[in-house]
Amino acid sequence: MTTHVPHPDLPPPSTSIGAIAWLRANLFSSWLNSLLTLGAAYLLYLTIPPLVQWALIDADWFGDSREACESGGACWVFVGVRMNQFMYGLYPETEYWRINLAAILLVLLMVPLFIKRFPWKRWLVPFVLFGYPVIAFMLFSGGVFGLEYVETSRWGGLTLTLILSSVGMAASLPLGILLALGRRSDMPIVKSVSVVIIEFWRGVPLITVLFMSSVMLPLFLPEGTHFDKLLRAMIGIALFQSAYMAEVVRSGLQAIPKGQYEAAQALGLSYWQSMGLIILPQALKLVIPGIVNTFIALFKDTTLVLIIGLFDMLAMIQAALADPNWLGYAIEGLSFAALVYWVFCFSMSRYSLSLERKLHTGHTR
Amino acid sequence: MQATRYVMGLGAALMLSGAVNAGATLDAVKSKGFVQCGVSTGLPGFSSADDKGRFTGIDVDMCRAVAAAIFGDAEKVKYNPLTAKERFTALQSGEIDMLPRNTTWTYTRDTSLGLNFTGVNYYDGQGFLVTKNLGVKSALEMDGASFCIQAGTTTELNLADYFRSNKMNYTPITFDTSDQTIKAFEAGRCDALTSDQSQLYALRIKLSDPKSAVVLPEVISKEPLGPVVRQGDDEWFNIVKWSLYAMVNAEELGVTSANVDEMKAGSADPNVRRLLGVEGVKGEWMGLPDDWGYNIIKQVGNYGEAFDRNVGAGSALGIARGLNALWSKGGLQYAPPIR
Repeated sequence: MTTHVPHPDLPPPSTSIGAIAWLRANLFSSWLNSLLTLGAAYLLYLTIPPLVQWALIDADWFGDSREACESGGACWVFVGVRMNQFMYGLYPETEYWRINLAAILLVLLMVPLFIKRFPWKRWLVPFVLFGYPVIAFMLFSGGVFGLEYVETSRWGGLTLTLILSSVGMAASLPLGILLALGRRSDMPIVKSVSVVIIEFWRGVPLITVLFMSSVMLPLFLPEGTHFDKLLRAMIGIALFQSAYMAEVVRSGLQAIPKGQYEAAQALGLSYWQSMGLIILPQALKLVIPGIVNTFIALFKDTTLVLIIGLFDMLAMIQAALADPNWLGYAIEGLSFAALVYWVFCFSMSRYSLSLERKLHTGHTR
Repeated sequence: MQATRYVMGLGAALMLSGAVNAGATLDAVKSKGFVQCGVSTGLPGFSSADDKGRFTGIDVDMCRAVAAAIFGDAEKVKYNPLTAKERFTALQSGEIDMLPRNTTWTYTRDTSLGLNFTGVNYYDGQGFLVTKNLGVKSALEMDGASFCIQAGTTTELNLADYFRSNKMNYTPITFDTSDQTIKAFEAGRCDALTSDQSQLYALRIKLSDPKSAVVLPEVISKEPLGPVVRQGDDEWFNIVKWSLYAMVNAEELGVTSANVDEMKAGSADPNVRRLLGVEGVKGEWMGLPDDWGYNIIKQVGNYGEAFDRNVGAGSALGIARGLNALWSKGGLQYAPPIR
């Protein structure tokens, strides 16, 4: 008796697996898609090789003057020579370590926050929010503990961009939450004040806010009182962004079913307890994409400070372009700026996605 | 614009009501130990930060000259980079002590803003950049030509006036930024590019072959640029004014940063001896040490040196002296004598 031996399975047809199948399914599934694929491929062919040729193959990387840029490709020498200024602005070179130290300190403080079961988290968070800015300010500004005083007009570059945006973020979230709660409050004065603040700040362009803070405000202050330009800009940015944040948070509050509020009351929780323990944790989780959206917009909006003569990274690059020894390298400088901004914004958006996954509790539809 | 001017005037009035006492600025500067100087956020040759973050430029040298006159140390300056819109407010509000920021001296600014212009450290004017092979020697030969212009500037207006008064036709092609303008010029979209002459030289460097274009010698508008101070403090006004005059006088007398020590010790020329504070005049009439002039020349150089180093033949820009030559050499730079 012979046992039945089944014929071994045939491999799937070559057109339904591997690269060919993937191509057929994704790129050439219909005549329209085929056409679009070919068109896109042609566009890539037109743009990518010259770009690579310019940015990498023909580019000049090393040297310290304009003479090093002879090959006709990108002159990254310009970016290299100016790198310190793009990062630190006009901060005195011998004091760069203070900025570096503040940055390292921030990283060291942030790392434990990402460790799930770090024991002293409840002390660390307030320290990062309230203690660290004081330390960082003392480091940047100096004038204490024998550190040389560095006036804010010399702060600049990526450092200033990060200072402005982190101050803006740290201030606008709590302010925004308060304004959002105020707008939903039953108390008429609180409510109307919040509405006026939100609508006023949302109704004016940021550029106007900055401009007023830098050009008009000094005229109305008594002579001799100097109100730091950077501080004025920071306050402007924080108030402006908190109005937007308030509306983002309010949209989250509205998404919470009424039953949740009633349940909190039924448990005998006070207003602040019910908000802090029941409503806000749910509402904020819902609006993470909106919050991060506002943060990314804020990060990019900080470049507007260049119109009031503060040297954030973009302004620093533009200032470098005005050096008679380096005229005509705008494309290199601006490409570098685009890359840096993209890296920061993209990381923020990836972080928000991972935060959403982490806080996912099964309520998403 | 009209509204801006009223607001600025209002600001000026507010400032003036605070009544600046004569000598207040100098005392404040001396007690804080440096001159707070408002400069441009970046204009090639006038003020820009170099690789090391040091400000350089012909406007910056005005700040350094004043610091040298007061403290005997040209490095005692702090710079406030200012945009065009906030420059006057910064001066009016006392945030800065002086403003050498390529600012055109006009009637309106001099009379209605509570400010004073102390002199002219650069005579600018609107000019033309043309390609060499166009073979044009003068703007008057350019009837029917097309011009690349940056939109929304007085440049547009000056060009229209000039062509109308000479009964010629032209085609304007406007762009938003100066970079776009020069790119269009390079691509041959227009026959000529028009802007302030100092700008034209900076734009020319951006061409792939800068030698293929020339700046025509003539100018069609007056743009005298000079340092500005607050009205009402005549002592300070004198210091800034004479710091510039000392530089111009030094060039005229042949005193340079290289030979100033020699001249101070050995020159018999009474003009040189007065300029360097050896005899005759007293610095204390302005509240300064007697060797204020010597310090300026020693540390910053004479006007010709500053011009050459920042915008002239010794710089990347290579601007010809033109109107900025000494009066004795066919230009307009003329300083009252020191005596």
